[in-house]
Amino acid sequence: MMFFEKFFGGLRGGVHPEGKKQLSAECPIRSVPLPQKLYVPLQQHIGAPAAPVVKVGERVLKGQLVAAAQGNVSAPVHAPTSGVVSALGDHVAPHPSGLPVPTLTIESDGQEEWVALAGIEQPLELAQEDIAARVAAAGIVGLGGATFPSALKLNLSRASGVQTLILNGGECEPYLTCDDRIMRERAAEIVEGIALIAKAVAAQEVLIGIEDNKPEAIATMQAAAQGSAIKVVAMPSMYPMGSEKQIIQVLTGKEIPAGGRPADIGVLVHNVATAWAVQQAIRYGRPLISRIVTLSGGAMRTPCNVEALIGTPVEELLTVAGGLVPPVARMVLGGPMMGQQFTDMRVPVVKGTSGVLALTASETGQAEASPCIRCSTCVRACPIGLLPLEMAAFIRVSDLASSVALGLKDCISCGSCSYVCPAHIPLVHYFNYAKGDLAAQERGKLKQEATKKLADARNERMARIERERAEAAAKRKAAREAKERAAKEAAEKAQQESSASESA
Amino acid sequence: MNPIAHSPHAHAPASISKVMGTVLLALVPATLYGFWLYGWPAIFLWSITVASALIGEAFVLRVRQRPVRPALLDGSATLTAWLLALSLPPFAPWWLGVVGGLFAIVVVKQVFGGLGQNVFNPAMAARVMLLISFPVEMTMWAAPTPLSGEHALSFAQGLAITFGGAQWDTMASASLLGHVKTEFTRGVDLLHSLPGYFEAGDALSGHRVGSFGETSAVLLLLGGVFLIVKRIITWHAPVAMLLGVALPAAIAHAIAPEHYLAVLPHLLSGGLILGAFFIVTDPVTSPNTSAGMFVFGFLCGLLTWIIRTWGGYPEGVAFAVMIMNALTPIVDRYIKPRIYGRDRKGTALPAKKGA
Amino acid sequence: MLIAIISLSILGAALGLFLGVAARRLAVEGNPLVAEIQDILPGSQCGQCGYPGCAGAAQALADGSAPITLCPPGGRAVVQLLAAKLGVEANLSDVEESVPKVAEVKEEICIGCTRCFKVCPTDAIMGAAQQLHSVFREACTACGKCEEVCPTESIKLQPIPVTVQSWYWQKPPMKEAA
Ligand code: SF4
Ligand code: SF4
Repeated sequence: MMFFEKFFGGLRGGVHPEGKKQLSAECPIRSVPLPQKLYVPLQQHIGAPAAPVVKVGERVLKGQLVAAAQGNVSAPVHAPTSGVVSALGDHVAPHPSGLPVPTLTIESDGQEEWVALAGIEQPLELAQEDIAARVAAAGIVGLGGATFPSALKLNLSRASGVQTLILNGGECEPYLTCDDRIMRERAAEIVEGIALIAKAVAAQEVLIGIEDNKPEAIATMQAAAQGSAIKVVAMPSMYPMGSEKQIIQVLTGKEIPAGGRPADIGVLVHNVATAWAVQQAIRYGRPLISRIVTLSGGAMRTPCNVEALIGTPVEELLTVAGGLVPPVARMVLGGPMMGQQFTDMRVPVVKGTSGVLALTASETGQAEASPCIRCSTCVRACPIGLLPLEMAAFIRVSDLASSVALGLKDCISCGSCSYVCPAHIPLVHYFNYAKGDLAAQERGKLKQEATKKLADARNERMARIERERAEAAAKRKAAREAKERAAKEAAEKAQQESSASESA
Repeated sequence: MNPIAHSPHAHAPASISKVMGTVLLALVPATLYGFWLYGWPAIFLWSITVASALIGEAFVLRVRQRPVRPALLDGSATLTAWLLALSLPPFAPWWLGVVGGLFAIVVVKQVFGGLGQNVFNPAMAARVMLLISFPVEMTMWAAPTPLSGEHALSFAQGLAITFGGAQWDTMASASLLGHVKTEFTRGVDLLHSLPGYFEAGDALSGHRVGSFGETSAVLLLLGGVFLIVKRIITWHAPVAMLLGVALPAAIAHAIAPEHYLAVLPHLLSGGLILGAFFIVTDPVTSPNTSAGMFVFGFLCGLLTWIIRTWGGYPEGVAFAVMIMNALTPIVDRYIKPRIYGRDRKGTALPAKKGA
Repeated sequence: MLIAIISLSILGAALGLFLGVAARRLAVEGNPLVAEIQDILPGSQCGQCGYPGCAGAAQALADGSAPITLCPPGGRAVVQLLAAKLGVEANLSDVEESVPKVAEVKEEICIGCTRCFKVCPTDAIMGAAQQLHSVFREACTACGKCEEVCPTESIKLQPIPVTVQSWYWQKPPMKEAA
């Protein structure tokens, strides 16, 4: 079987979508004029939403904590600028459902007045726990798009021990150039951030993986990393190279066990932009209140990269890019392969927003789905080694269990299969539907078990009450009877006595 | 209805009609050559087969109340009929093409549920059906009479052959495999029956007796390579199929040359090249994985050789393909890609602290 | 020809008879199954299925006289467990249509009569006499008993609102059912 493996594969799957990075790759990071209103959602990360700690009408300073982390998996949120909290309510979320989420609205006062920041002169002398604690306090989450709280990853990895720290500069999504630009322009800061992360988890080996379609970024990072233990590795350009599983496989030759985490094989992966945010947080004490966003797409007038405050409505960003060139077929947040379409231009930039794309119809290349011709192009494209056509066929007939047996839960929703399918079958849509449905079923099952316990408890209690009542009644009755008997006996006795005395 | 489209928001420049169109394109040289070689009868037969398949497809779709136009335009019915036509004897009567084309589309494809649902390769199933039902017509091979040559058949003569059932004296000859089989049953061994019957050069250029599309091995090979380059098919199944025939042929021939044909005549005769590059690579009826394709192709080849050598029919490609089509689900069941982070059996890899 | 027809008919009849007898002989004893099914059912005895409590429903399921989709509060999770237990196909399409619901108290008209509180099979309602009552969403199975007894129609089953957390993609629309 080993022979088969070698013969028929290597690094499997993957697709080669047109990069389109040249649209914005040469545009230096620009700043965005301060927006009037910033919409800061309370949940911009995986886990529990943050709990607001400010009141409507309160004045906040730039970088001030406005919502605190809640529970184990969560991240705090900070004010992106100084101003007044004008509302705490629902605002359209950067989410495919288009549902509103609890959002703090901050009306900026134009002063950009910072809170007192607690920077550190010698960051590398911090203790491991302190680094993680500061990362946690700064509200840093994975900026590659996964938005998992970074401090949590640091703590988990420190606990389980990490050999290899991988910095993900893959940026395999077409169009996006935000990581490319940040590596080119802020290499020194990134390298310091990497050193801090490496220190926090005591990593022995540090690798930066960058796709070979970004030669300038590779060169800059190499120069910046000179003299340190950091190795810059050029990786072949392929989608989804930037996915955690793939980058680990390419750089270390190891695979994350199914259902496991990179820490299981002694690896920790962070995005390069996250490393930058870590450096800012620790050296300067600045929380995560801005990020680099790529504005691109065929219908964007002047594609570019901007540094946007968290909470900036997308419509404000568009003015920086010179607006849209109609007809726009689709607006997308993130990259075209895994990003989400949105329709409301008021959606804010959040911590996980890597790009805003305005795509033309020819770029989206959508068409009606037709029947599967079993060409197995999708099988060849899947980087995980799944059988998308079979899984989708089962899901279609609502046989989710069979698709799980084929590995549905291993699917990373990368969309490679949908991208290549000549029949235009929305394969990954099927998978995400099925995963959502399974999760809902799971929730239902848990609830079902919990309520069943409650019902049983109640039935038991009712039975007990009934029994007790019956027992009490029986006791009362017995007592009454005993009393009666006693009375009777007493009476009898009295009678006897009286008769006896009479006779006496 | 959710108005939001699911990712990805980009698509590879691929569609079913593009896939089918490329395959058709790959068939064009061999087909044109076949037209030139056999003249008008071949052209008539080809046209009528394709036309009847398209009409059959349109009719069934109408009955099933499915959109007709997109299905006709996707090229799949054309491809099926085209492949079938290429495997028919060039001077076969018109009704053979009609019956074959209709059978392939209506019975083998649409009754099973249409595009993507059929279990058997429609072209091969139709060919097998015709061979069993009309053995005489299906083995009435003809020697080439090139359009530009002195024996060229006129348009009217072509009409007479295809539609009038006219007999022609060039039609008597048997194909190589048929000849070998017949001689064999008469007790003449290969060393005596073969000389003068097989010339590798003729086989390559198609100057020999056979069905009209199968004859030019070179052009079919070129078409196949074109498809591999275009990434429409992978090399696994074709190479495996050729190996499946070549390996046993080489061994057997080395042991008993008077009993077993050599490798080259095997590879170059019958429908092997057509089968290897255009039939076993049919997406619908072949396995999902590259490894599966290899196994599938190899077994197709092996069965072909077995049928050719010991079976009752001189040619075995169609039968072999049909048998393997039936086994495709089994191949798919046992040969699955290894899932990332799992071993071949599907259990998660152990969580180990690296080296 | 005639012989063929006759022999085939006899063969068919014999095999049919054999299968029929086998089905009778080998029929699964119902009783342990009933208990197992009852374990799957919510146990809230709400009676929405039309049987007297979950035990009755379990009996009917074991007999095969009730569809596995009979239990509205159980939702799809129960259907699937039942399908697995009974070895039948789970046709979820009927169940999917009933949106998950939960009881909600309209505060203005709750008179604190405690009737709902008393009937709730899962103790999902909290309240006391003359007090506003409220529902623990997590414990409510949407059995509807409270709705029946509420004198002011204050407590009602409402569809559970979709949030960003519970939302997920719908199944892609299917045009061609091929
Ligand atoms: S790529 Fe599309 S048409 Fe081809 S096998 Fe996969 S799902 Fe079917
Ligand atoms: S979306 Fe899932 S099935 Fe499709 S290619 Fe990616 S990992 Fe494979």
